[in-house]
Amino acid sequence: MTESKLIYLDNNATTKVDEKVVEAMMPYFSQYYGNPSSMYDLGGKNSKAVKEAREQIKDFFGANSSKEIFFTASGSESANMAIRGILSADRTRNHLITTKVEHACVLNLHKQLEKEGYKVTYIGVNSAGELNLDELYNAINDKTALVSCMYANNETGTIFPVEEIAQKVKSIDSKIKMFVDGVQAAGKIKLDVKNTQIDMMGISGHKFHAPKGIGALYVKSSTLITPLVIGGHQENGKRAGTENVPFIIGMAKAAELAQDSLNYESTEVKRLRDKLETGLLSKIYNARLNSCSNKRVPNTTNIGFEYVEGELILLNMNDYGICASSGSACTSGSLDPSHVLKAMGVPFTALHGSIRFSLSRYTTEDEIDYTLAKMPLIMDKLTKISPFQKELNDLKERKGII
Amino acid sequence: MWDYTEKVMDHYKNPRNVGSIENADAIGEAGSLTCGDMLKLYLKVNDKGIITDAKFQTFGCGSAVASSSILTEMVIGKHIDEARKITNKQIVDALGGLPPEKMHCSVMGHEALEAAIADYYKEDVNSHKDEDIVCHCFNISKAFLENEIKSNNLKTLEDVINYTKAGGACGRCQGKIQEILNSINSPVKKEQKLTKTQLIIKINNIIEQYIAPELRKDGGDVELIDVQDNKVMVKLSGKCQVCNRSQLTLTHFVEATLKQHVDDSIEIVQV
Repeated sequence: MTESKLIYLDNNATTKVDEKVVEAMMPYFSQYYGNPSSMYDLGGKNSKAVKEAREQIKDFFGANSSKEIFFTASGSESANMAIRGILSADRTRNHLITTKVEHACVLNLHKQLEKEGYKVTYIGVNSAGELNLDELYNAINDKTALVSCMYANNETGTIFPVEEIAQKVKSIDSKIKMFVDGVQAAGKIKLDVKNTQIDMMGISGHKFHAPKGIGALYVKSSTLITPLVIGGHQENGKRAGTENVPFIIGMAKAAELAQDSLNYESTEVKRLRDKLETGLLSKIYNARLNSCSNKRVPNTTNIGFEYVEGELILLNMNDYGICASSGSACTSGSLDPSHVLKAMGVPFTALHGSIRFSLSRYTTEDEIDYTLAKMPLIMDKLTKISPFQKELNDLKERKGII
Repeated sequence: MWDYTEKVMDHYKNPRNVGSIENADAIGEAGSLTCGDMLKLYLKVNDKGIITDAKFQTFGCGSAVASSSILTEMVIGKHIDEARKITNKQIVDALGGLPPEKMHCSVMGHEALEAAIADYYKEDVNSHKDEDIVCHCFNISKAFLENEIKSNNLKTLEDVINYTKAGGACGRCQGKIQEILNSINSPVKKEQKLTKTQLIIKINNIIEQYIAPELRKDGGDVELIDVQDNKVMVKLSGKCQVCNRSQLTLTHFVEATLKQHVDDSIEIVQV
């Protein structure tokens, strides 16, 4: 073990900060440290820089106006600001719709809102991780205030048809608002909010090579939200607190770079992802594809290794320097395996041994080849430890290996 | 990332005694695939009762494999009655410690060893099957919990989850676990008589915390209307109103829960 390699295939968890991003941020720590609200050049310069960054993020979202962009500290904050903001602005409706496979920031917020008296309908997915759209549309009633749905799922990469959903929901009742958690889509596929009926969308910088601790929320100009953080006039009065200038600059730079790389994501990153996926499925007999939707972000694959536990797989991968993540219960400490894979009905034989690989524009062919060379060795070792030898042999037989 | 000791890392990286023993004299199993970890322990025992060989197969995380691996090392060479005295704490100590959330891995090792020894003596290992199951996610009985709480001196709900997994998945049994903890750690103190207001608040809290959320999952709901002596008046709404099993829900769930948490004499009246 301990080869000093580092193969980072966990880009849906977080990404490496692009060096150009760091470079863009640096002057804003000790050189241009002024408060953007101040009346002298040092502040004025920062105010201008933040304004330009807002323009950049506006383009990244494909929004109409930079007034529709609010900087936040994270994707989670964006979701909270949007959902709570819309509910406080109009208290006449008390029904919410979301999905069973949302990120914790949306799912747990809805659970909290239930305790506060809201009724929530949670929409399920099929075995490919695709949303049951009819279930969603049928759940709408005259008390429905908001539909919240992720753009792409963090564990499977499955893309939900959020534009279509927004359009259909509005055609049923134009007063219903729509929030989209765009965290896993931003930087992987093109965002184009102005040509949709989506009211709000949140993103998080560190998923597209900006640092952690910076996010943004798009709110359509016709949509009213009540602020979560009250204080000064920053962010047009919607989010008080002195602007995090260096991080805003950093996220804007990262957005610019990500936008330039979208084509590379959908061709080269996708090619490497597909190579990894087909390679693992063909080389490892107890591997099954969990993320089998063909509507997926280009960087993600989720593979279940049957009869082997996920944490043990990750620890053994770590010994080869390969980083990925697992939907297994043991890695989270919660004892409950991934709610996303459970909602998809992934069989329990593979549920605890599911591994998510998520690539980035930094992933190289060599890294994929190396991973493809090491994973069969790991599985060979770990299947031998499994108490399910008979079941594993049956799998082999079914696949015609013995 | 878990803070595993060198010893734990050594044992999951290079697990000892992996595999099965043909014609084993004793086989013990603990856990299951659905629970996320499972251990199968095989023992070879000679005519003097000495364990001459031990092998394991484990489905589980790094600490589960390490616990299994070190357990085989601990039992080989021991008389079966000596091996019986090994506790889960000794497994943890031999590994130089486990993160609190992973203590259940050592408990699983201990359980598999107990099962194997029972198998060796042809004892009935299933005798506890009819017992009162507290945690249905992980199929854990009250007797087992009481034993683990006492022998490991567990104080909090979190301790119990870490050691036994009970209550760690859906969380529905956490109230029951807390009661078992209370009964062991603070021998029953006769509760002071509550005033009527206190009683109503207590009943309402239990309805809101434990009862209503369950009914809401099925589209129903329940509301406290009034309390008169031991009669608790509730109103069912939503799907409960039209559900033909609502009477069962009232007696088997609503009344039973209130009896358990408040007072055994409570009667539910639907209004």
